[in-house]
Amino acid sequence: MIHTTVGQIGHLFVILSFVTALMATVAYLRISLAGNDLLQNKRELTQWRWLARGAFYVHGLTILGVVGSLFYIIFNNYYEYHYAWNYSSRALPAEYVISSFWHGQEGSFLLWLFWNAILGVVLIQTNRDDRTNGTRQWEAPMMTVFALVQAFLASMILGVVFGDTFKIGSSPFLLLREAMPDAPIFTSNPNYVPEDGKGMNPLLQNYWMVIHPPTLFLGYATTLIPFAFCIAGLWKNEPKEWMRPALPWALFSAMVLGVGILMGGYWAYETLNFGGYWNWDPVENSVLVPWLVLVAAIHAMLIGKKSSTGLKTAIILSVSSFLLILYSTFLTRSGILGNSSVHSFTDLGLSGQLLIYMLAFMAIAIVLIAAKWKLIEKDEEETSVYSKEFWVFIGAIVLCLASFQVLNTTSFPVYNKIGEAFGFNPNIAMPADQVAHFNKFQVWFFAVIAVLTGIGQYIWWRKTAKNNLNALITPAIISLVISGALIAYGNITKPAFMALLTASVFAIVANSSILIGVVRGNYKLSGGAVTHIGAALMLLGVLFSSGYSKIVSINNTGLLISKSEDFTKNDNKENKENVILWLNQPQKMSGYLLTYRGKRIEIRGVPDYVPRDWVEPLVGASPEFSYHGIALHDIEQNGKLYHKKGDTVALHPENTYYEVEYREPGGKVFTLFPRGQINEQMGEGGFLPSPDIRRMPGKDLYTYVATVPDPNSEGTWSPAETYRIAPRDTFFVNDYVAVFDNIEQTREIDGTPLGPNDAAVKAVVRVLDKEREYVLKPAFIIKDRLVGRKAETNDELGLRLQLDEIDPRTGLFTFSANTTQRDYIVMKAKEMPLINLLWIGTFVLVIGFSMAAVRRYREFTKMRDKDKKKPVVVAKQPTVNRI
Amino acid sequence: MKKTHIFGIIIIALAIGIIISTAGDASSYVSFTQAAEMAQSGEKDGVHVVGKLTKDAQGQITNMVYQPQIDPNHFEFTLVDNENRTQKVVYNAPKPQDFDRSEQVVVIGTMNGDHFQADKILLKCPSKYQENKLETKEYEAKKATI
Repeated sequence: MIHTTVGQIGHLFVILSFVTALMATVAYLRISLAGNDLLQNKRELTQWRWLARGAFYVHGLTILGVVGSLFYIIFNNYYEYHYAWNYSSRALPAEYVISSFWHGQEGSFLLWLFWNAILGVVLIQTNRDDRTNGTRQWEAPMMTVFALVQAFLASMILGVVFGDTFKIGSSPFLLLREAMPDAPIFTSNPNYVPEDGKGMNPLLQNYWMVIHPPTLFLGYATTLIPFAFCIAGLWKNEPKEWMRPALPWALFSAMVLGVGILMGGYWAYETLNFGGYWNWDPVENSVLVPWLVLVAAIHAMLIGKKSSTGLKTAIILSVSSFLLILYSTFLTRSGILGNSSVHSFTDLGLSGQLLIYMLAFMAIAIVLIAAKWKLIEKDEEETSVYSKEFWVFIGAIVLCLASFQVLNTTSFPVYNKIGEAFGFNPNIAMPADQVAHFNKFQVWFFAVIAVLTGIGQYIWWRKTAKNNLNALITPAIISLVISGALIAYGNITKPAFMALLTASVFAIVANSSILIGVVRGNYKLSGGAVTHIGAALMLLGVLFSSGYSKIVSINNTGLLISKSEDFTKNDNKENKENVILWLNQPQKMSGYLLTYRGKRIEIRGVPDYVPRDWVEPLVGASPEFSYHGIALHDIEQNGKLYHKKGDTVALHPENTYYEVEYREPGGKVFTLFPRGQINEQMGEGGFLPSPDIRRMPGKDLYTYVATVPDPNSEGTWSPAETYRIAPRDTFFVNDYVAVFDNIEQTREIDGTPLGPNDAAVKAVVRVLDKEREYVLKPAFIIKDRLVGRKAETNDELGLRLQLDEIDPRTGLFTFSANTTQRDYIVMKAKEMPLINLLWIGTFVLVIGFSMAAVRRYREFTKMRDKDKKKPVVVAKQPTVNRI
Repeated sequence: MKKTHIFGIIIIALAIGIIISTAGDASSYVSFTQAAEMAQSGEKDGVHVVGKLTKDAQGQITNMVYQPQIDPNHFEFTLVDNENRTQKVVYNAPKPQDFDRSEQVVVIGTMNGDHFQADKILLKCPSKYQENKLETKEYEAKKATI
């Protein structure tokens, strides 16, 4: 049965949310533009205010309604809906059902709307116009911008089609038959409901994907706040005052967005196989840029009250960070990155709409800034080189240059598109070595930024004398000594890395000394120093873990084994970073002894992995059991019996874990389980490796499987080859030398004793491999006058040997042998030193941002409440008439 | 001239420096013939070549060599670019596991004698992940189990 009601309710809520957002925009606009007559007419003004707030609150409720409807559809497995069918499935564990909500683009727009609605309500409450005692707050102009953005966002999920082609938004409540009217099944059965969904891309089934998107979108949403305040300030001719309410939110936004970005990086580190947390991928870059600009904007706001250059910068950067968020959304949602990113988002046909929004807000901002530029007062005297304004401003500018470099390269595909639109082909592709390209610039930028954090803090807290920077000599000397020692000890030779290291150490030393001084006075003021220390720690973590990662899995054997010149001539050593490990054959590697122990699988509810062949997956079962299997052994771990032989167990059948045993030189043994995932959603039968990481205080050991034997050829055996031989004969089987030693009698087969009239023999065959030998004992049985043969299989050799016949006359034995692909993995391992500094630095950064945000918010409320107490005469006109 | 003006000029100069330097790093999309010419003239920077894999009548990829037991870091295959030039490509890393399913391949690297040395491979796979590609086959299989 098709449940149409919930979808219709959801869609109704979407339309209502769009309409209410528009209503709130218009009502707030009316208040903002109020002329004298309306301001005199208190009653009417109050009505408009009721309408504006009411509309926004109702808007918030309708957004909750949309969210609720979509969750209802997903949780109840209503696969007649395209969204549920496309992103969820019955096999999906509950926590990931939540994340299937924002798997699709519509869901992520919805997430954005959700956060904006909540933030809007908070902002109304904290910036209320209160006419009873005549104070005027930011509510009306700021919320006009806010509600307008909300209307634009709501239209992205509106899903209204005019005619055949013109569509506004993409609705998450489309039925499958509406989304895919051409599918043949719907012509024969319009009420067809799929039994199961396609499911979530297994790569995204990770706990980080439950919290990373909401965090990131909270970051997206909060960048709107400084933008809205800034526009409101310019509009109301208060080009300075908007910064006070905007600053705490900008700090909060920088914290949340920064954490969101790093969560994404951490997910990539744990899940993807590109070997790190940051790959300078366009999708990563496009959100790094607004973050850097936002951080620069915060710095500009700090000096904007005193310096007119600072104020201009603050205005431009606050506006830019929001516009860059829109640009980032456009880049990732329009499919324009197509050829240049490993992430590819599909185009829902909304890129035009997104482009219009971006350009519209850009136009509003540019026109407004240009019109009000004259309002910004000129500085009375020129900024001194020894003033805090000067150094903080330089810091903001270097941040901007750094982000500009990232933005410029990331925009290559856009340049191509623009060029094509004008009829020529710029034909520029991403630099062949992206990582080197970005690092080349960014290492230097961030070295400069790190130094500036130290100088800036010293001057900010007036530790320097009026006309010199001599106070900085002591921290500079201390840092040079420390970093000199580190450079010598760590054998650092690259000038760029030396510079970054020294600069980061200086940042830590200088900011720490400020921190100690400030804490003695009032710890609440130390947010800046703490944040800077966090950033410097992060830089050190990045420098060591990326710049000095060491490949553990150097393949020294490749050259030796290969005799063909073809394989050796062009291979340079750097490329030989993968080793092959055959099942159960230990191999030495950078001091470790590594052994591949076989394939493992995860049973839901069982703590440790179990061997893959202990479970027989159910194939072709009904959707409820599509991810189940039958246990072929008792599953017992740590003395607890989880499943009996023959039980049906729930699995994650797409994941295989490859057990790799590491034996350290000291004899200590640990095991890693890098994962291989058969990921149907990334190309049919695609194989996606994910690393396993051993975390140690000083470094991480990162291991992943590069390739494995084709899973499709698994379990296929070659046609049998037969051998007629006598005991002590030697023969060749699957390129191995085998010796048929002798024959031995046995009274037991598989633990079952044989009866008095039965007989069984086992042939003892030694198979010689390069370094070890294996003994195979195929059995020949006569039980109840019937002949039975029990073959023996050896996985290490990929060999199955069966004793077919015994000829008592000639004394010859007939064996048949089948061979299969020997099990192996090709793996790569590397050490990432001091990566923990990156994560520790992130925590410190978050603490610093939070302290600063709390401090600035207190300042804001204090000033606001002070203003409120002042009796203000109504005649104090809104500053509209000041021009 | 005021200090702010000097400062503005410095910033603009730096920004232009970034653009020029970036333009120098930028790669381009070329054919194998152009890539060979560029390599001849001593150009060492990597280029992008877009091509298709050679496949036989059964849709199996032909001229592909990967023998991990001999060298896990040597993978070679043949690519036909948009000008229909057939070219051997060598990639000194394990064969990407989903290589067999890909149709279009972008190789990034340089021409090196008789072959193109790829540093990076981008695969474009026909993906189930793409929206609105309902596989009717899958549907039929599911209908059978009801």
